[in-house]
Amino acid sequence: MEVAEPAGIYVYSDTELDRAEGEAIESLKAHCQQPIPDPDEWLEEEVRRNILLTSIDFMLNWARRSSLWPAICFPACCAFELIAANASRFDLSRFGMEILRASPRQADLMITAGTLTWKMAPQVKRIYDQMAEPKWVIAMGACGISGGIFRSSYNVVPGYNRIVPVDVYVPGCPPRPEALIYGIRMLHHKISKGRAIEG
Amino acid sequence: MAIKTEPFVLNIGPVHPSTHGVFRMRATLDGEVIIDMEPIFGYLHRGIEKLAEERTYTGVIPLTDRLDYIASMSNNLTYVLAVEKLVGIPVPERAEYLRVIMAELQRIAAYLIAVGAFLNECGAFFTPFLYMFREREKIIDLFEMVSGQRLLYNYMRVGGVSQDIPEEFLPALDKFVREMPGFIDEYDRLLAENEILLARAKGVGILTKEMAVNCSVSGPVLRASGVKWDIRKADPYSIYDRFEFEIPTGEVGDCYDRYRVRIEEMRQSLHIIEQAMEQIPSGAVKSEVPHLIRPPAGEAYTHIETPKGELGFYLVSDNSIAPYRCHIRAPSLMNLTALREMVIGWKIQDAIIIFGSIDITVGEVDR
Amino acid sequence: MILALSGKEVAAQLEQQFPGSIIESSENNLLAKSESLLDIAEYLKSSPELDLDYLNYITAVDYYDYFELIYQLTSLKHNHSLVLKTRCYDRENPMVPSIVRLYQGADFQEREIYDLMGISFDGHPNLKRIFLWEGFHGHPLRKDYL
Repeated sequence: MEVAEPAGIYVYSDTELDRAEGEAIESLKAHCQQPIPDPDEWLEEEVRRNILLTSIDFMLNWARRSSLWPAICFPACCAFELIAANASRFDLSRFGMEILRASPRQADLMITAGTLTWKMAPQVKRIYDQMAEPKWVIAMGACGISGGIFRSSYNVVPGYNRIVPVDVYVPGCPPRPEALIYGIRMLHHKISKGRAIEG
Repeated sequence: MAIKTEPFVLNIGPVHPSTHGVFRMRATLDGEVIIDMEPIFGYLHRGIEKLAEERTYTGVIPLTDRLDYIASMSNNLTYVLAVEKLVGIPVPERAEYLRVIMAELQRIAAYLIAVGAFLNECGAFFTPFLYMFREREKIIDLFEMVSGQRLLYNYMRVGGVSQDIPEEFLPALDKFVREMPGFIDEYDRLLAENEILLARAKGVGILTKEMAVNCSVSGPVLRASGVKWDIRKADPYSIYDRFEFEIPTGEVGDCYDRYRVRIEEMRQSLHIIEQAMEQIPSGAVKSEVPHLIRPPAGEAYTHIETPKGELGFYLVSDNSIAPYRCHIRAPSLMNLTALREMVIGWKIQDAIIIFGSIDITVGEVDR
Repeated sequence: MILALSGKEVAAQLEQQFPGSIIESSENNLLAKSESLLDIAEYLKSSPELDLDYLNYITAVDYYDYFELIYQLTSLKHNHSLVLKTRCYDRENPMVPSIVRLYQGADFQEREIYDLMGISFDGHPNLKRIFLWEGFHGHPLRKDYL
């Protein structure tokens, strides 16, 4: 006794595209065996003493840090703590961040909320490349820092810093919204010490 | 003069503001109407089944939290019931009542997100979602009182629960149960007869009864198609046979019916919690179980009704401290088999709504 | 309560219909030959007193000498269920008939077993890897995967 129409006959199911995607993943995996070093020169003592911020730098840094727009990159469980941070109880809107931009061109912060797998890695790299300068990355949660509870799995990237350079790490599994807000405040400190105009 | 047309392939996802996680659809369009759709997932495949083979039986419980991360009490409960069936451990009465209270609270919390996200995709951008989150924060406060965690609780243990509830839990739960029906009525009043919701969801994405049963769909999606099948009544686990509640079903099987089934089930869950609070006895919350559990060789399958559908764990043991094979029957993956049937013939905007009304969690699909 | 059908009784019925297809049967489950799997499933689905129309799950276990595939079928009307097993002894190229024609819910589950265990399903319309990418070497859930 069969169902009326044959099951699962796909009009279009392209194995060429799948194979190309598979090759992209394998090549990314081969190239990303070492972590990218963190951009943390701003922490060094001499650099801090040598930077003189002009008032233009001050104004631009204030504008940048007061309206960071996050890009959407929500693989897994930490996404719900990010959404809870956005909701009315822990309001991210007071930092100017309530808009989650779908288009990466309009975003300047990528909060990586979830486990990264090798299959997803080329897409995350693409989103990061599409964001316009200046851009920052917050690695949220244990999976973002080092792969977390899934580190020994065959498909999990051990930390986002293999794929993108990370500015702030927020530990927790998942981190409380208060912890995420603390991490965002640390990023604000970092931005306020940066030079907005080069030269 | 005839215009030559050819089908156009559109890729939706994996990073998309309307998907419930990293889920990708390759839709073949003829104009704006979808003629074929291929779902592609695996972007969150973390290998939980393989990782479970190298951890002890108690050490798998935190891994099960991360399957369906918005209903983690239910996942814990399923796994723990499977191990208890394998070993044959009795559970004390107080622990059974606590498990039922936590599972039903979790059901309400998960349905709030499901309804909120569905309305988000219908076009009410974030307003109902934020209202639902206000209630969910109250439930999360209750869970934090009990287990210390906001999202991934790791609360159930083999033989009971991990710790007893503090004294302020039952008064706070009582207050919540008395206030919540008023909030559900408020949402219903705002949304049930709303013209935009009716226009976008009524008659859209119809899943017939035969197709639902053939595609192994379960949970609210199956009940909205008219099949009265709820594992809490059909195959009662834990102590569900002591409570009285009803099973709401839909008639047509469209997106509006799925929304209504979830709202009604929230009311039934509150009813179950009230009954459990009256009957809860005092006593131990965990029976005496060794730290390293070594079940006899054999296999066991248990299933429970989670907010997404029928979640099952199939455990094979070979008398060692780690499971030999742990297979997870994920309801979201099964419900996705029906997606292609439901979407063909509609436009992309309807496809997003249909996908939202099935309500999947990608952590469970990909495991 | 869902009544778990006794494997022995159902085996007796199936032996009459398809002689030689059942290898062994016990109280809890039924072990069938993989070649006659499709006929047995069709009979179980269409016979009125069994009417097993809902597929709960398909899973595969790797016991080093053979792969064992486990199917659980339930009847929503009569409220009983049956566990059906089959074995596959080939490790290089295991092949089992697919039941997608009868139960469409088997579509993704059979692809998952192909992806993670390497067992091919004969008659599946779209047997590709589902969780891992094309070009991944090996099948991770096998016991000898490194």
